[in-house]
Amino acid sequence: MEDTLLFDAVERFLNQEMTAQELFYFEEMRKNNAEFDQQVVEMIYFIQELNKFGTQKSLRHILIETENKLSEEGAISRDPLKGKAKVIFLWNRYKRTIAVAASIAVIVSITCATIIASFSGNKQNNIKPLVEKLKEQDVKYKKLEKQIGKLKDATENQIVAEKPRLESKFRATGFMIDVNNNYIVTNAHVLNEAPHQLIVENNKGEQYLAESVYVNPESDLAVIKITDKDFKKIPALPFSIRKNNADLGEQVFILGYPKQEIVYGEGYISAQNGYQMDTIFCQLSTLANEGNSGSPVFNNNGEIVGVISSKEADAEGVVYAIKAANIYNAIHEMRKVKENSDIKITAKPILRKTDRITQIKKVQDYVFMIKGN
Amino acid sequence: MYKGYAVNNNVQDKNLLEGLAAQDKASIEIIYRDNFQMVQTMVLNNRGTTDDAADIFQEAMIVLFEKSIDSDFVLTCQIKTYLYSVSRRIWLKKLQKQKRTASHTDDFEQVVQVDEDLDEHKQKQVSFEIMETALAKIGDPCKSLLEAYYIQKKQMHQIAAEFNYTNADNAKTQKYKCLVRLKKIFFAEYKNLK
Repeated sequence: MEDTLLFDAVERFLNQEMTAQELFYFEEMRKNNAEFDQQVVEMIYFIQELNKFGTQKSLRHILIETENKLSEEGAISRDPLKGKAKVIFLWNRYKRTIAVAASIAVIVSITCATIIASFSGNKQNNIKPLVEKLKEQDVKYKKLEKQIGKLKDATENQIVAEKPRLESKFRATGFMIDVNNNYIVTNAHVLNEAPHQLIVENNKGEQYLAESVYVNPESDLAVIKITDKDFKKIPALPFSIRKNNADLGEQVFILGYPKQEIVYGEGYISAQNGYQMDTIFCQLSTLANEGNSGSPVFNNNGEIVGVISSKEADAEGVVYAIKAANIYNAIHEMRKVKENSDIKITAKPILRKTDRITQIKKVQDYVFMIKGN
Repeated sequence: MYKGYAVNNNVQDKNLLEGLAAQDKASIEIIYRDNFQMVQTMVLNNRGTTDDAADIFQEAMIVLFEKSIDSDFVLTCQIKTYLYSVSRRIWLKKLQKQKRTASHTDDFEQVVQVDEDLDEHKQKQVSFEIMETALAKIGDPCKSLLEAYYIQKKQMHQIAAEFNYTNADNAKTQKYKCLVRLKKIFFAEYKNLK
C-alpha cells in the first residue's frame, strides 16, 4: 500500500472512522503481514506525536494570549516589585557591579554606564569592548543578502527549507576549543548583548543556535556550546592553546569578524600585563576593531596565546587580550559542573613551521561569528 | 522540605485542572491570576527578569497540563504548591546552568517533590523539539497545511478553501503527501539525536 493511502487508513483507524468491514480487513492484514504491521505501528506513533505537538502548541498559544490579556488588564503586572522585594531584587541584580564599583572607588561618567556595566564594571571608560553593535543599515544589508541567497537557491532549483535567519543586534568573534562537544570561547561581555538568543555563524553565513555554558566577567571569558542539531562536526583542532605567557615582542596574528567576513591582522606582544597592570590580560600592538571581541590571538607556531577583549579608546593600536592560560582556568571551573564535565581540548598542533597562508587556511574554519539579540 | 502527599480534596482545584486538560480559556485565566505573581516574585528574587518569570510560568503550566491529561494522575497538593514547586525547580536548574547561584532560596511557599515529573516533561520536550525542527524543514505549503489541521484543528473543507484546493479531498491528498515527508524528516532527526 502506498504511504499516503496507508496514512489515510491509519488516521481513520485512530479516529475510529473505519467501517466494520474495513476494520476487519485492516486487522487481518496487520495479523498476517508483520512488515505491514510494523509500518502501521510506526505511523500510529508518529501521528500521536504530531497530535501531542499540536496540543502543546495550541496550549502555548492560549497561555500567551492569557498572559497578554491579564497584563493589559493590569491583573498581573510585569513590574510588580514594591518595597522590600524591590530592594532585594535590585541588590541581587547589581550586587556584583556595586561590589566592583566600591572596590575601585573611582567614579566614572554615567554617560558610559551601559558600556561599563556590560564590561564587568572594573574598567574605566577609556578602554572599550570590541563588540560591534549592528546598525539598521547592516540589518538591511543582511536582508538583501538573504534575498540574494534565496534567489540563488531558487536558480539552483533546490527545495531546501531555509532556516529563518537571525537579525542580530551585534557581531563578535569566537573560536572552537572542543570539536567533540562544540565548545566555543568568546568574551563574557559579548554575552551581555545576547540575553535572548545566541547564534554562531561560520564564514559561509550558516547560522547555528548556541547557548552559554560558562561566563566569567572577571577574566571576561565565556564558553558557549553549539546546541544546534544541524551543526556538522568539524575535524580535530589544528592548534593548541598556550599554558604559559607569551613573550614580550613575540609576533602574533589575529583572525576575527570586524566585518561580515573573516579578517586577518598582525601585531606583537607589547606588554605582559593589561590595563592598569591587570595580570589577566596582556597588551598587543595591533589593529582591532569592533567585532573583534573574542578573536583568537595566534603566535608564529599557530598556538593560541590570547583572546582579544578590548582596546584603548584614545590610543591607536593598543589592544588588550586575555592571556590564553585563563582558558584552562575556565575549563577547570567548567568541569566541576556535571553537564560540562565532558569538555576536552584535543589539539593536533600541526601548524609549526608552516607558512602563514597555510596556517590561516587551517585555522579559519574554527573561528566563528557570535551573534544574537 | 515539606512533602504534601495528602490527597487534595479541593473541589475548585479539581475543576480547574479539568478545565486546563480541556484547554478551557477561563480556567487557564483563573490559574494565571492566582499564581503568576507568586512565581514572578520567586524568579525576580532569585536574579531573574520578568521575561524569565513569564517563560518559567508557561513551562510550569505545560508540566501541569501534561499531568492533567494523564488519567493516572492525582494532584496530591494544591495547584499553587505544585506550580510553585515546578517553577522553582526549573528556575534553579536554569540558574545552575548559567553558573549563577540563587541568592535567596528560602521558600515562602510549600514545596513538593517534582523531579520525576520534570524528567518526564523533559523527555516529552525532546520529541516536541524534533517535531518543531522537522516542521520547519519541510517548508510551505506543507508546514502551514499541517499546522492548520493539527494545531488549529481546522476542518478539511475550511483548509481547502484557505489554501485554494478545489475540494476537501484534494486538500486531504496533499495533507497525506506532506505527512509522508514530515515523517521521513522526523525519524531522520530522531536517529541523528541518538
